[in-house]
Amino acid sequence: MASIRAKNILIGKPGTSLANKTGGWRVFYPVVDKAKCVACGMCVMSCPEGCMTTSKETKTLIDLDYCKGCGVCAKVCPKTAISMLKEEK
Amino acid sequence: MSTVKVFNAGHTACSGCGLSLAARLVMEAAGPNVIVSNSTGCLEVFTTRSPQTAWGVPWVHSLFENSGALATGIVAALKMQGKENEARVMAFGGDGSTADIGFGIISGMWERGDDVLYVCFDNEAYMNTGIQRSGLTPFLGATSTSPAGSVTGGNQKQKKNIPMIAAAHGVKYVATACVGYQRDLQNKIKKALAIKGPKYVQILATCPLGWGNDSSLTIQMGKLAVETGLFPLFEVEEGKITNVMNVAKPKPVEEYLKLQTRFRHIVKNPEEVAKVQAIADANFKRYTKDKVLF
Amino acid sequence: MKKVTEGLKAIAETVALCRPEVISAYPITPQTHIVEELSVIVANGKLKCEFINVESEFAAASVVLGASVAGVRAYSATSSQGLLLMAEVLFNMAGMRLPVVITDANRAVSAPINIWNDWQDTLAIRDAGLIHLFAEDNQEACDMHLQAFKIAEDHEVMLPVMVNLDGFILTHAFDPIEFPEQALVDKYLPKYVPMEKLDVKNPLSFGLMGGPDRYLETRYAMAETMKTCPAVIRKAAQDFNKMFGRNYGELIEEYKMDDAEIVLVSMGSIISSMKDVADDLRAAGKKVGVLKIRCYRPFPVQDVIKSLCGKKKAIILEKALSIGGVGILTADIKAALYGQKNVPEISDFILGLGGRDIRISDIKAIVALAEKANLKGEFYGLDPKLVEEMDK
Repeated sequence: MASIRAKNILIGKPGTSLANKTGGWRVFYPVVDKAKCVACGMCVMSCPEGCMTTSKETKTLIDLDYCKGCGVCAKVCPKTAISMLKEEK
Repeated sequence: MSTVKVFNAGHTACSGCGLSLAARLVMEAAGPNVIVSNSTGCLEVFTTRSPQTAWGVPWVHSLFENSGALATGIVAALKMQGKENEARVMAFGGDGSTADIGFGIISGMWERGDDVLYVCFDNEAYMNTGIQRSGLTPFLGATSTSPAGSVTGGNQKQKKNIPMIAAAHGVKYVATACVGYQRDLQNKIKKALAIKGPKYVQILATCPLGWGNDSSLTIQMGKLAVETGLFPLFEVEEGKITNVMNVAKPKPVEEYLKLQTRFRHIVKNPEEVAKVQAIADANFKRYTKDKVLF
Repeated sequence: MKKVTEGLKAIAETVALCRPEVISAYPITPQTHIVEELSVIVANGKLKCEFINVESEFAAASVVLGASVAGVRAYSATSSQGLLLMAEVLFNMAGMRLPVVITDANRAVSAPINIWNDWQDTLAIRDAGLIHLFAEDNQEACDMHLQAFKIAEDHEVMLPVMVNLDGFILTHAFDPIEFPEQALVDKYLPKYVPMEKLDVKNPLSFGLMGGPDRYLETRYAMAETMKTCPAVIRKAAQDFNKMFGRNYGELIEEYKMDDAEIVLVSMGSIISSMKDVADDLRAAGKKVGVLKIRCYRPFPVQDVIKSLCGKKKAIILEKALSIGGVGILTADIKAALYGQKNVPEISDFILGLGGRDIRISDIKAIVALAEKANLKGEFYGLDPKLVEEMDK
């Protein structure tokens, strides 16, 4: 006899929120000027979604599946390397 | 983005939410070997809408006021299973949960000296239920239950001083932190987790929706709160203030207040602004390095 | 080997034999000796356990909830105001499907404040999703705790269980108690095996928000479990009888019911008195039997139908009242019998609230009243002088 506990409703498997692509929320999206970016990591440390990565090789990369377009990264960048552009949809 | 991290995207926090940033910074500093007990509030709601969860560590939510008591039970259970070194236990609560409805629970946990890091994510109101006044709402801040009306203008009570109350309980490590100072925040979390016994870290988490500032100003707002003296960053260990973040040139409180609609009713009123300035000035005097509190 | 022991101390000793790993303690009359005795047992090294003194019953329930999610057997005890303070946590615990066992020393609820016995405290939370068992005497109360852990932790159940015993009447009575041997207890009740738990090796999230699209299903799951757990409750009682030689019935117990025409129905300690009354009235020629409701939630609908249909009269004695409504046990019994054939005439009496004494003569007087007329929600034992003067 199977146990009737609704475990798949009550208990969550790790990281399943990743199925929810919050990128669909945004009105503005960030664009990185790789020439200006020095990969300081300030934006990576400031992103509320944690959807940014950076390295000297790649410069800052943004996962637009999750970016909500808050604009924090653009504001904190010491090199003003990030611009917020309006989504054309 | 397919690898599961300790704290994952896809959560439904507001765009620019300082609390989601704070939680991510805390979790990335804490690492995977932690168990989190989380009170009801924004953080719990936007990370765990069944069947999804943003958490990549063992996590439990029970009620609004009892994350601390659950943490006590979890620590005891780990001990009985011989697993006390397998995971560090953290309890998370918002300002309402910590200062108001969960206050007795947290006091009990501290009085017992349980080995728990309690993190208060302080966005200065009951944000999840729509921006109502809490015990940590700052003086004169407008909320939906302390609005600026024609007779009274905003919250008329002072912000309850939880860090000092924690210190009075003999909490081993007490610290305030802020999303505007990310590395400082993470260092404090790492430091706390290395200590056995009760620890308390209160993190100012900016809230664009509740405070009424642009979503892009999350970091700026946090920095201004500290630079004006309204949210001083300090550490208390063994009853003594051991560290204070030095603000070389304190900024006048107007620079902070004018960016938020929750203070718009006072920015043109120098008398009211002066009251807020007095709080900031007092903070700079009160929180000084090496001051013995208890 | 029987040992004359105070009810509460006997329960504490038995609970200790069940090897709880986390116990939370907060005092409230009339359960306090349970947690006091457990603290002594732990302090003397007789039970390896994390014994935690907490700052309120709300904390007590929350601590055992946390311990249970973290994978260990957890226990607490309370009464009355403490139980009501725990109420939020108990609904939460049941909804999270956690097998905690809590003893309730049944006590009246404030206001006015009253420390003596009735069932109002535990029945106030009857909707929470806990399994509720009621003990007739102290030996049963002790034995019930072994069964409670076994039922709660069964993977087909995974619901919290409340063991109820009447405050002062049972809790503070000294009875000769047979304590089981630890080795046999361990055999009957092996170590708790959680189905999931807080574990860095398998990092799950417990206590998700369940919206309108899925909350209904979680309640359905609990309701379905309440339908299937009687089988577990029966087996726990049967296995207990096989191993320890003591039997208290399963969901109900019937006393002299075969040819009974009049049935006295109730729960808890009053059953003993009702059995004495049945014996006396039978000696005088009346065919009286007793129906003991042992398991109140899940309510033993089929057992009650089988037991009461075909009888002439049922007399329900209630130690609780849903103010503005009907007797609580009465409502459950009537709901069970509705639409059945040969339903008895039912009288129900409200008595004993706040510890008002119930004597054998009172129960006999009630039978006499019920024989004359069917009485509904009849308060028995009111002091007429007090009633007359109470608003002067």
